[in-house]
Amino acid sequence: MRAYERLQMARAKGRPGALACISSIFTDFYELHGDRFFGEDAAIVGGLARLSGRQVTVIGIEKGGSTDEKLLRNFGSAHPEGYRKALRLMKQAEKFRRPIVTLVDTSGAYCGIGAEERGQGSAIAQNLMEMMRLRVPVVAIVLGEGGSGGALALAVADEVWMLENAVYSVISAEGAASILYKDASKAEKAAEDLKITAQDLSALGVVDRIVSEHGGDFSLCFSDLQTALHDRLSALCALSPEALLAARYAKFRKIGRPER
Amino acid sequence: MLKRSLFKRPKIALENGGEDFSSFSQECPGCGKELSQGELFENLHVCPRCGLHFRLSARQRLAILADEGSFIEHDSALDAADPLAFPGYAEKLQIARKASGENEAVLTGEAAIMGEKTALFIMNGSFMMGSMGSLVGEKLARLFEFAQKERLPVVGFTVSGGARMQEGIISLMQMAKVSGAVKLHGEAGLFYLAVLTDPTTGGVTASFAMEGDIILAEPGALIAFAGPRVIEQTTHKKLPEGFQRAEFLLKNGFIDAIAERKAQRETIAALLAFHKEGADHAGL
Repeated sequence: MRAYERLQMARAKGRPGALACISSIFTDFYELHGDRFFGEDAAIVGGLARLSGRQVTVIGIEKGGSTDEKLLRNFGSAHPEGYRKALRLMKQAEKFRRPIVTLVDTSGAYCGIGAEERGQGSAIAQNLMEMMRLRVPVVAIVLGEGGSGGALALAVADEVWMLENAVYSVISAEGAASILYKDASKAEKAAEDLKITAQDLSALGVVDRIVSEHGGDFSLCFSDLQTALHDRLSALCALSPEALLAARYAKFRKIGRPER
Repeated sequence: MLKRSLFKRPKIALENGGEDFSSFSQECPGCGKELSQGELFENLHVCPRCGLHFRLSARQRLAILADEGSFIEHDSALDAADPLAFPGYAEKLQIARKASGENEAVLTGEAAIMGEKTALFIMNGSFMMGSMGSLVGEKLARLFEFAQKERLPVVGFTVSGGARMQEGIISLMQMAKVSGAVKLHGEAGLFYLAVLTDPTTGGVTASFAMEGDIILAEPGALIAFAGPRVIEQTTHKKLPEGFQRAEFLLKNGFIDAIAERKAQRETIAALLAFHKEGADHAGL
């Protein structure tokens, strides 16, 4: 399948987002709100949950389904307070030694006046630094769109997984086409050239596991995901924090390392 | 990832490092004053009338900043990669390398600033808009790891259009890689001073530019996550006066101070000396 087709699937109406995933594979979800500095950002949802009985902290970026939901969630584009809330919940998870699962589905961090005034760059940067050293396991799953820094701010993890038709990219195909090819209609070519599919990213060593979508049967997909998460979290929780942190650093450190 | 136009104004007097004392003069884009190259050079490429800080190449900055003969360059022989085999990228890289005489958009090494020894990186805005290719990430990660091993502080000057689109996800991952190296260096009790220069944007702002223990910026520097044009297009709102300039970030609490170019050597040396006292005890 071509990258552009997968991109359309990743963005398709009705594709389950973070909240749908949370209600399918976790139990006892209790949502926590606010960054304790500025406010609450509904584009990012997070809280306490159980995965096959195990206590976890789950944090996701939610685009929203209905028009009202989309407006409430700002179409899944988070502000700095969203990223700061996510970091607060991750530090809380570290304190109580709960593993962390993040669910990524965003076209990118919000580009707006308020977002800049409140330090979008600074908020993302803090998450990248702090996530690298969280002393509990972190698994990040790209459910639909993984849009650039706004996705990475929840995806510095021990393992990065993607659903079969999810995409993860440094820039939107449309943005790349208009800047690199000076022609926004060349998004199809840009999608191919940018190597944004789960299959490409797995080959590049950026993604550790691809979760089958079973031809669009997401209840099967999420059932697989739950089993796989349970297994991996059990294995990761058995590691010492030192071994975990060393492996996490090495995972990112080797990306883009020259051959010689 | 900003439009090229951001990098076109104000014009850079000397793109490629070498000092050129030709009789050419140029108009200051800030106030319109005619400035001779000699006058600009004498004044560290700052307009004597309006204070506009002209953009500098990494080598020009190095000459202004470091003690003469103190700089030892690192990793200048490493080859930039083309991890996605992106159409046209290999040729673009070759052109950038030839035009700049540098292997990537960042210069790294060790130097002394008024006698204070430090690891140092300076980005090069003229090399593919200072974008973060994998070799930029690699050189920076190596520098922070070197500094940690040698127990040195890091001083870094940023200028960047953000991620390098032609390296796709590999470019994005450099943000995590460098942030990890910055964090480990910091956990060892060592000092990182970031100096943001015009323009610092995108993935660089959202990673190591904003990770300094102390963050300074040159007057008037554009510092942004999303560039002003992107924001205008997304929001259809008029941007406030001075939006995303260094003074705006200072007011909003995201940088520690503005550092005029003339005072940078003294300021940086003093901050390095101040932190040296603490470093003797840190990590014990």
